[in-house]
Amino acid sequence: MSHIIAELFPPSTLRLFELIADVLIVLTTVSIVGVLTYTKKWVWLWREWLTSVDHKRIGIMYLIAALVMLFRGGVDALLLRTQLAFPNNHFLGPEHYDEIFTTHGTIMIFFMAMPFLFALFNVAVPLMIGARDVAFPRLNAVSFWLFAFGALLLNISFVIGGSPNAGWTAYPPLTELRFNPSVGENYYFLSLLIAGIGTTITGINFMVTILRMRAPGMTLMKMPMFVWTVLVTGALIIFAFPPLTVSLALTLFDRLFGSSFFTLGHGGMPMMFVNLFWLFGHPEVYIVVLPAFGIFSEVVPVFSDKKLYGYPIMVASVLAITVLSYGVWVHHFFTMGAGPGVNAFFGVSTMLIAIPTGVKIFNWVLTMWGGRIRFTVAMLWQLAFIPAFLIAGATGVLLATVPVDYQMHNSYFLIAHFHFALIGGTVFGVLSGMYYWWPKMFGYMLNERQGKVAFWLFFIGFLVTFVPQYMLGLEGMTRRMYTYPPGLGWSSLNLVSTIGAFTQGAGFLVIVYNVLWSMRYGERDLTGDPWNGRTLEWSIPSPAPEYNFAIVPVVHDRDAWWDMKQSGKSEAFKVKSSAIRPVHMPKRSAMPFLLGLSFFVVGFGMTFSWWVIAIIGGLGVLASLLYGAFDYDDFEELDPEVIRRTEAGLGRLQA
Amino acid sequence: MPKRHSPRGRHRYWLTLAIALGLTVSGCGQQYVVLHPKGPVATSELNLLILASVAMALVIIPVWMLFAYTLVRFRDNPRHEGVFVPKWQSSRLLEILLFVVPLIIVAVIAVPTVQKTYALDRLPPKKDPVVINVTSLDWKWLFQYPGQHIATVNYIEIPAGKPVLFELTADSPMNTFWIPQLGGMEYTMPGEVLPLWLEANKPGVYMGRSGQFSGTGFVHMVFSVKAVSSAAFNSWVQQVKTTAPGMSLATYHSIVKIGTMGHESFSSYPAGIFPTTTHGFTLTGSSPMKMP
Repeated sequence: MSHIIAELFPPSTLRLFELIADVLIVLTTVSIVGVLTYTKKWVWLWREWLTSVDHKRIGIMYLIAALVMLFRGGVDALLLRTQLAFPNNHFLGPEHYDEIFTTHGTIMIFFMAMPFLFALFNVAVPLMIGARDVAFPRLNAVSFWLFAFGALLLNISFVIGGSPNAGWTAYPPLTELRFNPSVGENYYFLSLLIAGIGTTITGINFMVTILRMRAPGMTLMKMPMFVWTVLVTGALIIFAFPPLTVSLALTLFDRLFGSSFFTLGHGGMPMMFVNLFWLFGHPEVYIVVLPAFGIFSEVVPVFSDKKLYGYPIMVASVLAITVLSYGVWVHHFFTMGAGPGVNAFFGVSTMLIAIPTGVKIFNWVLTMWGGRIRFTVAMLWQLAFIPAFLIAGATGVLLATVPVDYQMHNSYFLIAHFHFALIGGTVFGVLSGMYYWWPKMFGYMLNERQGKVAFWLFFIGFLVTFVPQYMLGLEGMTRRMYTYPPGLGWSSLNLVSTIGAFTQGAGFLVIVYNVLWSMRYGERDLTGDPWNGRTLEWSIPSPAPEYNFAIVPVVHDRDAWWDMKQSGKSEAFKVKSSAIRPVHMPKRSAMPFLLGLSFFVVGFGMTFSWWVIAIIGGLGVLASLLYGAFDYDDFEELDPEVIRRTEAGLGRLQA
Repeated sequence: MPKRHSPRGRHRYWLTLAIALGLTVSGCGQQYVVLHPKGPVATSELNLLILASVAMALVIIPVWMLFAYTLVRFRDNPRHEGVFVPKWQSSRLLEILLFVVPLIIVAVIAVPTVQKTYALDRLPPKKDPVVINVTSLDWKWLFQYPGQHIATVNYIEIPAGKPVLFELTADSPMNTFWIPQLGGMEYTMPGEVLPLWLEANKPGVYMGRSGQFSGTGFVHMVFSVKAVSSAAFNSWVQQVKTTAPGMSLATYHSIVKIGTMGHESFSSYPAGIFPTTTHGFTLTGSSPMKMP
């Protein structure tokens, strides 16, 4: 018994921060359970949320999870920056620092950026294409619960068993059992494998949804730009995740079963892991940034009151980026001696990606040209993206210049570059999308003034954090250093960077305040179209009713809703009572939640090599799948009377 | 006619001075090691950095200006002064320009990139390099001089003005070998030997470090590179040979053990601790890498 406790709670989980976190986790859990019990909401939670297959609810659950993970990853970042604020600082020890930068990276990429985007996929895509749900609603819930339990598995690591500590890229042989005997890396591999299944399913689901479920008249070239980017992101996911799965699974085999795929001795080839990882890793960059491009392509026309400039070119650029993104992965390791021919090829292919990306930026600016620009919060995030992403792109080209990369590889210049790309691209994008689609999700607006305060804090903090890091790179500071001596010229720049990081943290807190304040006092959106929108999601009430569209719209133009408003047909969009037909709706199901839970048990058991627990979990997986496969009672007809009542209540029913 | 400073001209003079001062303080101080190369490899890498930066600045600064102008001119104000063309969405000429101009700029960077990438992979001809076998360990650097049969830990001396061929491997998780003032980095990987040549123009002491995280002690994987004249280099070798202890296999195994170390010198080292076979990445060109 005592050795089990020692394994569950090694010294690394008994440090001050971990104990504070323990207390907070226990308090939060107790209060949530207490509130749910007191208000008798358990059944409601189970029926309306945990077993829901409604894409809008799943989207909201993704959003909540992503915001919680943004908080966790952000706290990690602040701890790292506090440690680096001064030379020879003793705020965090080396073990602690290594664990925190590992979870910061892993969480931000896999458990913040991706679910945040999936939240917006779920909320917006079916509504934008005039569909009533995604193609496979139950699989959609499976995706979410695999992600959620994968995230949970990674997040318990720092209080039970110990965090992973080899960086988010987890290069062997450092992750080999010999150099890394704690269970932390097992958590990393298993949580990403579990969440990765969910991600792959999401990719398939949205591709099929977009290809098969568009409203009549919406040809591919009449789809909103965001839908295009989701479509190609689906393709990217389907082809990028298998190499990740293979590399993670093989390393896990090395650790758990004594194989030697990537080990230091016995003929292992660590560099093969690096190849496989980045064969996933570079397309991954576009998986998280292309949908952000899509969001910007929706936000700019709406708040410029103008058609998107160069739609066919935008589509071509997205497709070009998709194809090129598979031909650039070696630029993550020009310094691994692949030879001048290989390096030159991948350097040039990387520079080529800058062309379609640059074209897109021009197109957004030209969309604003000749429009009437409204500086709403959603638009401000987009406007901040353009200058920031230009810097990210330009420094990306510098890094693609092979001999320059020899000097910049793994330096803070690189850190600054990818934070400019991922915060300036993805985070600004999802926040823009969040403010834009919030009324559609919840039926009320987020307060604009508070949102602007949050924006300026975050944007200025972002620049103050990462501009000095470019300079630190030129001063020879490399990534993942837990401390540095004085006298190298690094001290003041690091302090400035830390101040910037805390400013961003303040910006995040204002966003949280903004959400909580607006929940209570925010302006209700009674029109369903608060921004004078252009696409179909704004043609229906906010929040969208369960069945989305009482009558599936017919699309004639690219900006379908704007077109209807222009041609005076928006009034005719009011529903004729006689035209309402029964709607085929998916039924809620407990299977996805139970499947996720079973995978969690498998992951937890395998992490500690406690095979009995792993096998019990495996049986749970099998049982859930069988139950799902033989449950034929998965759809129901929604009574037209219910739809009539709902639409009449919203004042949308024609006599 | 005597030239006189107009008030405007004086402004410009002060402005130039301020910019120069700002650059010295912020961007061009000696602590910016990448910007102060001390050898031909680092210099050519810096030249390429400057070329690419100028080319990129030529792109992003006009776009920033166009962007800022657009925001000011087309902002939604009550009087709606700007031109309003809600349906304008394409222009053939603009679209061709949007693809052609970036393509030209990419070509301007890509051509020298490819040339330099090949050039840096060749040792300069007619110069006999000093060979140093580098092994990264947890968490220290072991250097062997196969030509001189001496070994050091965490420091090296090299002759200035002569290329040095580093052959890099690891008996530990991966690291990168980096001496910013002499040139860019290269990985050390177990089971592989990667070549990297660098050269110091002038005598001096340069900082070297690992750029790849390899565990808790990786921060301490710093080493110093002392470039000296050829004569001083030879006498240093002699001094190590005569005064330093030899390295036995047992000594090597104790060095490999996890932990950090200070500077050490050895007058000999056991055979076979540096890999003799490799997966086959070699320097191409005039002086192919010879394995010991």
